[in-house]
Formats: sequence, structure tokens, C-alpha cells
Amino acid sequence: MSATIEVRSLVMRFGHRTVLRGLEFAASPGEFVAVVGPNGAGKTTFLRILATLLRPTEGMVRLAGFDLPSRSGEVRRRIGYVSHQPMLYGDLSAAQNLRFYCSLYGLSSPEARVDEVMELVGLAKRSRDQVRTCPHGMQQRLAIARAVLHEPQILLLDEPHTGLDQDACAMLDDVLRRVSAAGKTVVMATHDLFRAAEIASRVDVLSRGVIVASTPAARLSSAGLLPFYRDAVTSREIY
Amino acid sequence: MKQYLFTLFTITRKDLTVEWRSRELLSSMLVLALVILFIFNFTLELDIQARSSVTAGALWITFAFSGTLGLNRALALEQENGCLDGLLLAPVDRSAIFFGKLLASLVMMLLVAAIVLPLFSLFFNTSLFLPGLLLVILLGSLGYSAVGVLLAGMAVRARTRDILLPILLFPVVLPVLVAAVRASSGFLASLPFTDVRFYLDLLLVFDAVYLTVGWMAFNYVIED
Repeated sequence: MSATIEVRSLVMRFGHRTVLRGLEFAASPGEFVAVVGPNGAGKTTFLRILATLLRPTEGMVRLAGFDLPSRSGEVRRRIGYVSHQPMLYGDLSAAQNLRFYCSLYGLSSPEARVDEVMELVGLAKRSRDQVRTCPHGMQQRLAIARAVLHEPQILLLDEPHTGLDQDACAMLDDVLRRVSAAGKTVVMATHDLFRAAEIASRVDVLSRGVIVASTPAARLSSAGLLPFYRDAVTSREIY
Repeated sequence: MKQYLFTLFTITRKDLTVEWRSRELLSSMLVLALVILFIFNFTLELDIQARSSVTAGALWITFAFSGTLGLNRALALEQENGCLDGLLLAPVDRSAIFFGKLLASLVMMLLVAAIVLPLFSLFFNTSLFLPGLLLVILLGSLGYSAVGVLLAGMAVRARTRDILLPILLFPVVLPVLVAAVRASSGFLASLPFTDVRFYLDLLLVFDAVYLTVGWMAFNYVIED
């Protein structure tokens, strides 16, 4: 099966600081990859490049068969992105925000789609709430609704569980499993190793700008998870 | 083209809806405009003849300063909650974002003008509701908004954007302001149209230049 995401020799520099150093990555349709790693490893930078928000310094990045940055317009139609911020206007209601994004994505039945995704994230009765008045967890759920609004082929998530309570985390896990089961590719950056191993199909360790280890999540036991992660990160540091 | 215009008006409508909900910007712009108007009126103690000669300058200083507030807010709004990333992730022509935000800024400037003009007429004892002057206000505000939205896009990710925008904006927009003041003075002094036409042409040329540069460059200036 051909890869939905292909990344080769990816380098990203900010001035003199090199964040990604020849990163290699691939993910297939239906694959759910959790990218774990220490702070400053380059997880957010990697996701922002995949989301077309940063131009890579060097290397090849291809999503859904389209090269970046030359075909970023085609890529944007096919990706959904959840970042640390909800990307929602505080003065608009939840439904107004989602309808605005429906218009930008050219969706034909915005009202029906907004109702559908609000139901999906468990906020069907809160659609008229002004975003500014919503607690962080609810804004995060809305951010997820915004990201899946146009049914993207690839879903990119940067620490999506941050600020969510247990119920909301379970809801998000359920949404992500359903998205993945529908044949979409999911890439999620997280610090939560145990959750990563529980919901993803593959766990990649990103350290100092490269993927240092990659393994199917099914092979990782709860006891073996931390040693696997520490070995991966330490080996890179020694190397 | 239909989708392009739809995106453009969607962005304009969103900006105006956000402003309608918060009413932060219009009220700030109006208060600043009124403060400047009062400063000119009461501190300079101009006689009637002097007032008529400085009216155009005072009018455009008021528009320029209150307009800067609006331009700062136009893109700062997108920085809150990371909304700028949300816009940039959308599969839309980024020039449509430029024109959408430009149209919203223009509407705000014209709203301020509509409220301030009667007060200027009252304080400066000159009727400002002249078709020629209204045309100059439209063209001047258009050029000002075009270059302003482009530069606000450049400054939006800077921590010092509130200071940076006026520093970048005023030197670049000076030709528009000079042409607008001269054309306004001409209409207020009831000069023949042929005497004012040069400044109107100048305004049109700068509007066209700034709109074209914004259309072509916005994609590059707005990227991280």
C-alpha cells in the first residue's frame, strides 16, 4: 500500500539552530502513528511542516501524493490539524466558528455538517455558546471538530489531550480510533507514552530532530514501554 | 472566480461579525478620532480662515491615526487562539484573505468617517458633504487600508507589532496621504476640477499599485 505521508531527509533550520536533522518518516492509509519524544525534540516543527504552515529547509515531504511546498493547496484540502491553540474566534459562537470554516473549505451543507461534528465531539447542546466563555477542554473539543469538519484524509494532532478531563480524553480517543478505522492516516505528537501505546498502531520516538525508534504499538507491553522510550532517547544522545 | 469572491466576503463578514459582537475596535477608533478633533479645535485656537485651510490636514490626520488602530486589530484578531493558522490551513487563495481583510478595514474606516464628518463640519464651520471630498475619502481610505493590511500582515507575528505597524506604515502610505490632503483641500476651496484632477489621478495610481502589491505579496508576508 502506498504511503499517505512520505518524508525523506527532512531538515529544518531556524537561523543557526537546526531542529530537524534528516528526518525519515512514512505512514500508510489507516495507520495511526504516535510520535513521542522529549521537549524540544522537534515534534511540533515536524507537524507544522506536514500541515503546510512551515517551509522545510531541505528534504522531500509528500502528503497524499502531493509534494510540499509546491502543491500545498492540494495538501490543505486533505489535512486536518489540531495544534496547541484551538484556532477559534472567541467572540463567535461554536457553531458560527465551524460554519465559517465550512465556508472556507467550500462544504456544500454546512449546517448539517456542523451538527454532525458537534454531535461527534459531544457538544451538540453547546453550539450557541460563545467560544470565549467555554472552558479549555470544550475549546479543545471544538478544535477537534474544526479539524475533522472537511473529513480530511490525514489528521495531524499536536498534544490533543492537553487540558482534557478523563471523559473528554476517552471521547477523543474514540474519535481518533474511528477516524483511523475509516482508513484515514493519523499522526499524533504526545508526551503520554501509555496513551500513545494504547490508541496508536505505531509508536515513533523523535529525539534531537530524527526518528530514533519505531515499533508497532502491539509489540509494546506496559512494562516495556518506558525502557523502550529511554533506550531510544539515550541511544541517540550517546550517538 | 465565484468561489474566490465567496471566500473574500466570508472573511469580511466574519471580521465584521466579530467586531459587531465585541465593539472594541469601532469604539476605540471613534474615541481617538474625537480626541484628535477636539485637540485640533480647542488647542490651536484657529480663526475661521485658518480653520478652513487646515481642515483637510486635520481630517486626514484623524483618519490616519484611527485607521492605524483598526489595521493593528484586523490581524491581531487572527493571532488570538492561533486563528491565523486556521486561515492559512484553509485551501483558499491567500490573496482572498488579503482582500477580505482589506474590505473589512475599509468598511470600518468609512464608518468612522461617516460619524466624524458631521462633527468636523460643525467644529470647522465648513460643509464636508461634497461629492468630490467623499470620493477622495473613499480612494484615500482604500489605498490606506491596502498598504495597511499588507504591512499588518508582515508585523502580525512580531512581539512589537503595535509599535512596528505605524513605523512601517506612515512612510509607505505618505504618497496616499499627501495626495488625499491636497485633493481634499482643493475640493474644500472649490477649486476647478482640473486643478484637483492631478491629485485624484495620483490617488488612483497609488491605490492600484498598493492593491496589486498586496494581491501578489500577501501570500509571502503572511507565512511563518
